Amino acid sequence: MIKTTPYVKQRKSYGDRVRTMGDGMHALFLLLPYGILFSMFIAIPTAIAIFLSFTYFDLVQMPTFAGLNNYIALLTQDGIFFRNVLPNTLQFAIIVGPGGYVISFIMAWILAQIQKVPRTVFALCLFMPSLAPGVFVGTLWVTIFSGNQYGFVNAMLLNWDLIDQPIQFLQSADHIMWVMLLVSLWSAMGLGFLAMLAGILNINEELYEAAYIDGIRNRFQEIIYITIPSVKPQMLFGAVMAIVGAFNAGGIGVALSGANPTPQYAGQLITNHIEDFAFIRYEMGYAAAVSVVLLCMVWVFSKLAYKFFGERES
Amino acid sequence: MLNSGFQGTKINPSRFHRSQLKFYLILIPISLFMVLPVVFIVSQAFKPIDELFRFPPTFIVERPTLANFRHIMRVASGTGVPMSRFLVNTVIVTAVTCFLTIIITAMTAYGLSKKKFKIKNGLLKLNQAALMFVPAAVGIPRYLVIVGSGLNNNFLAHIIPFLAMPVGLFLVKQFVDQVPDELIEAARMDGAGEIKVMWRIVFPLIKPALATVTILTFQAVWGAMESSTMFVEDDTLRTFAFYLGNLAIGGNPVMAGVGAAAGVIMFVPNLVIFIAMQSRVMSTMSHSGIK
Repeated sequence: MIKTTPYVKQRKSYGDRVRTMGDGMHALFLLLPYGILFSMFIAIPTAIAIFLSFTYFDLVQMPTFAGLNNYIALLTQDGIFFRNVLPNTLQFAIIVGPGGYVISFIMAWILAQIQKVPRTVFALCLFMPSLAPGVFVGTLWVTIFSGNQYGFVNAMLLNWDLIDQPIQFLQSADHIMWVMLLVSLWSAMGLGFLAMLAGILNINEELYEAAYIDGIRNRFQEIIYITIPSVKPQMLFGAVMAIVGAFNAGGIGVALSGANPTPQYAGQLITNHIEDFAFIRYEMGYAAAVSVVLLCMVWVFSKLAYKFFGERES
Repeated sequence: MLNSGFQGTKINPSRFHRSQLKFYLILIPISLFMVLPVVFIVSQAFKPIDELFRFPPTFIVERPTLANFRHIMRVASGTGVPMSRFLVNTVIVTAVTCFLTIIITAMTAYGLSKKKFKIKNGLLKLNQAALMFVPAAVGIPRYLVIVGSGLNNNFLAHIIPFLAMPVGLFLVKQFVDQVPDELIEAARMDGAGEIKVMWRIVFPLIKPALATVTILTFQAVWGAMESSTMFVEDDTLRTFAFYLGNLAIGGNPVMAGVGAAAGVIMFVPNLVIFIAMQSRVMSTMSHSGIK
């Protein structure tokens, strides 16, 4: 579970109490700006989303109370949500989240096994896609997978006579999902990857020596008994980043296909569903209910990550 | 070293050993997969129009030209706002946001790490929970807050929503934890006030973490289109990313080269800043663990 610097409670002398009060005032001033901004743009919006999810709201008239109707509609009437959005989101999030995460860990571990200079170069290569802004990612992969002879992949396949017609990678329901997965895995090595790499490099070498004296024999045992326990905190950070990244990455399908909804909803993720209802249909209450479902999904996945990697409360 | 078996499994080895070859065999193809698309799009950005439409396409540009970049400099937005206006907007927004984020994050991290007060643990947990925050889920409520606080169609709408960054605060707070309390006590004994302690003792010691926050903020703000599309209606208040993003979208083949050039302009600053600060980022990330 989450453990932070322990705040030891003890009986305080008068002087200590005055001191703590002073600390409290100082802390108030130090924390005030962040506190206000955090409330305005993170806490209050989340609270509004939860509130709106119980209302009908079209941005023009005041919201009217709807009870659980939005959630009931979501569970019983939203065929697209159950047929397309939910399976797509889970498939996408599981492959890009845990999948990308495992790849990040393996890559970080491999990088730690080579010398410093090549390591820095390779780490930069692997991290580079995460530095690309959304606009760049979209343009890049649209250029590569474009469904006409100017798309690089199609041009090459046509040129080698492997196909007669360009393949509609981005406009067909059969292909859009795997292109989205490819693109997302391409940019999956982000902050979490760097955290794990730094963590592995910081493991005290004596730990390994001791473990070898104690009888571990190979690298696999080394990873299980030394590496993973030593970098657990970084791995938890990485896991949270991977989960948030996977659920937050809704833009990619729309950026690739150029339309919301994506072709036959084949690449529709939950964030697109929210945008669809919010900005295209102006059903804010319903969109908010879907948002709450999204936040719950992220929360459940993160809880799982804390279970796996968090330090047990003693 | 203890025995020959151990030598091979060293982390962070100082010399090359044959046993490392297998790692290169994995790293090289994956790195190519990561880098080649970028090489291709950069090369695309320098292609003249006839080469963009050549069949079969060239991977590396044969006759590089700056025409696509010149096109970006020359054209103006639909409402006749020149490119330079967007660029100036973005430079101001990025500089101000980075500066304010550093100050606010460092202050807050110092307060949360070194001060003792009742709800401290609760606040730390709250910020840790906010690491899971998915901005995409609350687009509408954020918009309502912006409108409610009168920030819409205001230049500040590009800056203020980005100042509170839970990940940044988390990383910096972990770093401030490493600053020994004795150092701060000693400075107090010498009569240093709160501001002096922060400025002279804490800030210099947490520079790597602040550099990391700068990069994260820069990346978030420099490439942000959300604030321009949602919070601002006046074209003269919009940013460079918005302008370039609109050039890049559309899949119009004639614009392919221009779109690629726009992407490259967005990408290069991120890359340069990261390379310049990478060792600081790595030292921050080694303290990133959640316990």
